Amino acid sequence: MIDVTGFSCPAPLRDYPHVVMGHGGGGALSRDLIEHVFLPAFSNPLLDRLGDSTVLDLAADLAGGGRLAISTDSYVVRPLFFPGGSIGDLAVHGTVNDLAMSGARPAALTAGFIIEEGFSLGTLAEIARLMGRAAAAAGVRIVTGDTKVVERGHGDGVYINTAGIGIVPPGLGLGIEPIRGGDAVIASGTLGDHGMAIMSVREGLEFEAEIASDTAPLHGLVAEMLAACPAIRLLRDPTRGGVATSLNEIAALGGVGIEIDERAIPVRPAVAAACEILGLDSLQVANEGKLLAIVPGDTAAAVLAAMRAHPHGRDAVAIGRVVERHPRMVVMRTAIGGTRVIPMPLGEQLPRIC
Amino acid sequence: MKHLAEYRDADTAHRLAAEIRRVTTRPWAIMEVCGGQTHSIIRNGVDQLLPPEVELIHGPGCPVCVTPLETIDRALAIAARPGVIFCSFGDMLRVPGSRNNLFAVKAAGADVRVVYSPLDAVKLAHAHPDREVVFLAIGFETTAPANALAVKLAKQQGLRNFSMLVSHVLVPPAIEAIMRSPGNRVNAFLAAGHVCSVMGTWQYPPLAERFRVPIVVTGFEPLDLLEGIRRTVVQLERGRHEVENAYARVVTQRGNEAAQAVFGEVFAPVDRAWRGIGVIPASGWRLANAYRDFDAEIRFDVGGVTAAESSLCRSGEVLRGTLKPNQCPAFGKECTPRTPLGATMVSSEGACAAYYHFGRFSGPTAGAAAFSQDSPRP
Repeated sequence: MIDVTGFSCPAPLRDYPHVVMGHGGGGALSRDLIEHVFLPAFSNPLLDRLGDSTVLDLAADLAGGGRLAISTDSYVVRPLFFPGGSIGDLAVHGTVNDLAMSGARPAALTAGFIIEEGFSLGTLAEIARLMGRAAAAAGVRIVTGDTKVVERGHGDGVYINTAGIGIVPPGLGLGIEPIRGGDAVIASGTLGDHGMAIMSVREGLEFEAEIASDTAPLHGLVAEMLAACPAIRLLRDPTRGGVATSLNEIAALGGVGIEIDERAIPVRPAVAAACEILGLDSLQVANEGKLLAIVPGDTAAAVLAAMRAHPHGRDAVAIGRVVERHPRMVVMRTAIGGTRVIPMPLGEQLPRIC
Repeated sequence: MKHLAEYRDADTAHRLAAEIRRVTTRPWAIMEVCGGQTHSIIRNGVDQLLPPEVELIHGPGCPVCVTPLETIDRALAIAARPGVIFCSFGDMLRVPGSRNNLFAVKAAGADVRVVYSPLDAVKLAHAHPDREVVFLAIGFETTAPANALAVKLAKQQGLRNFSMLVSHVLVPPAIEAIMRSPGNRVNAFLAAGHVCSVMGTWQYPPLAERFRVPIVVTGFEPLDLLEGIRRTVVQLERGRHEVENAYARVVTQRGNEAAQAVFGEVFAPVDRAWRGIGVIPASGWRLANAYRDFDAEIRFDVGGVTAAESSLCRSGEVLRGTLKPNQCPAFGKECTPRTPLGATMVSSEGACAAYYHFGRFSGPTAGAAAFSQDSPRP
């Protein structure tokens, strides 16, 4: 067997239409990949130095009691491109949003790529381009990165990991104040868009209106919300497991009950229809550009007004409230006036048979 | 959603519920046969709108729940064979066999795939001529046409690497078995709307007559269910026992005759064991002799696999309507959706899972009572 990891070749990148094992070997091919694919997409003075690590000067950001938030997430979505976004967009927005849920403004991201041997270099470049564009739009820099190549059959095209650090402004204490009865539960917009965009591509479903992922960075929206109401108690982005998971986590965390109103829950008609066809519950479907907020009941109107003035919060609506009874349980008042418990989803949603 | 929202209208639901309360003078036990109806009743809280006299009994209409343990064990044995691509509807993956389930076999290396249609399995057989593609064909009359069509297509196309593990079950023999069972409490049936969309309503008048039991063909949306229940109660109160069609926008008297012709050719009646209930004569379908070559049970020689149910599980009584899920001693303790002892706890359409998920831990209306202190029921 030829040992390609030690193989070095001066040929320019365009001679390789596909990723080969040598692209992860740390030699000239790796350098090629960085210079031709990643730097053009992510370029900034900190990254361009290509040091083993990047040194950030955050003294000014942290002055006066600012604190650091840190988060990491890995992205393994299939398909890599879908209506409304790509794995590159998700890799930026997902980590930015995890930071934003602490009230943090994202300061820097890292990007790690695990690429399967044989993956198209053109596709990789397109993913990097979209990722760079998403980072620029979110106002955050990708300051260091890593590339590994795994043998064919040992990956699913490309996996991306991003880690991020963010600055929590002085005086902000999301999650410190306990949640209590009378608090309002707010959703920033329509639910289930991302998960159903992915599902409808996977299942080959076509609807009159295409379902697009809602993938978006939410730190701008969060900043507006906190400016309108610094007393916001808790923020969550209902990604995997959807609103059902997030609300159950919040109820458990706070030792409180949550009641939501089925008629108030915003779901796009096409998403609702796709859920009906596939036998899925839109409350368990992933979102990538939405947040849930728990706010003091008397501030709900002000928070909603601030949210609706922001592009990512246009459809914000109160969907329920925190209650003292049935602690740790999420209950929905159904459209016809019954009640049902919203359970913590077990795992993967299984389509029902008929 | 157009054409669905109008069947979920709260005002009309309350009017129908008030009408049911008005006509009800005595206790009645009504069985909805179909698991999809059970799911919708619990999901929408339809039962909470009913007067206390009207009790809904959740019947054996979840195909996942009544599929016998030995069929699951046979499926697991086939799926674990090298070279097999095993296809199933998603619900079946978590159903426990004697030792494990399809998820576990998949994690151990088997190629198990979730499909939405048996025709997807036929496509897979085309795409992988070197592999054996097996489809687990379960369900009532509703899923039978597509399953039958898949086998018929495979035969027409001369596919030699496609087969089906068939465990189809039929509604009318189940209704008959319930009415004949000792201690039967069922006064009337809501017949399964989608089964009837295929089969029509012609099978039911003899049953209604023989057992003097009203049978109302009913749909799945909240208003469909309330209207079906209303018509059933009206019949019971007047001492009538007729077949009525409360789902006429979908169901006709003769049903889908093209579909009936296809499975009349592909399937043949067989005595079938129902999980938790036992063998009911002529209550299922197997592949007809002309399609024996596509029978996975024969191809993989798993006919000898047998299995015994958990001694703790009382799902049979639940399926017959003599025990509410939350009255079972194992409910919520040894038996949860994460550690199901019986299939009624596995499927989202199973009565035990529906009770567990939607918080029915202590009596049929506890869910309503616990949450209604300051939000009065309409």
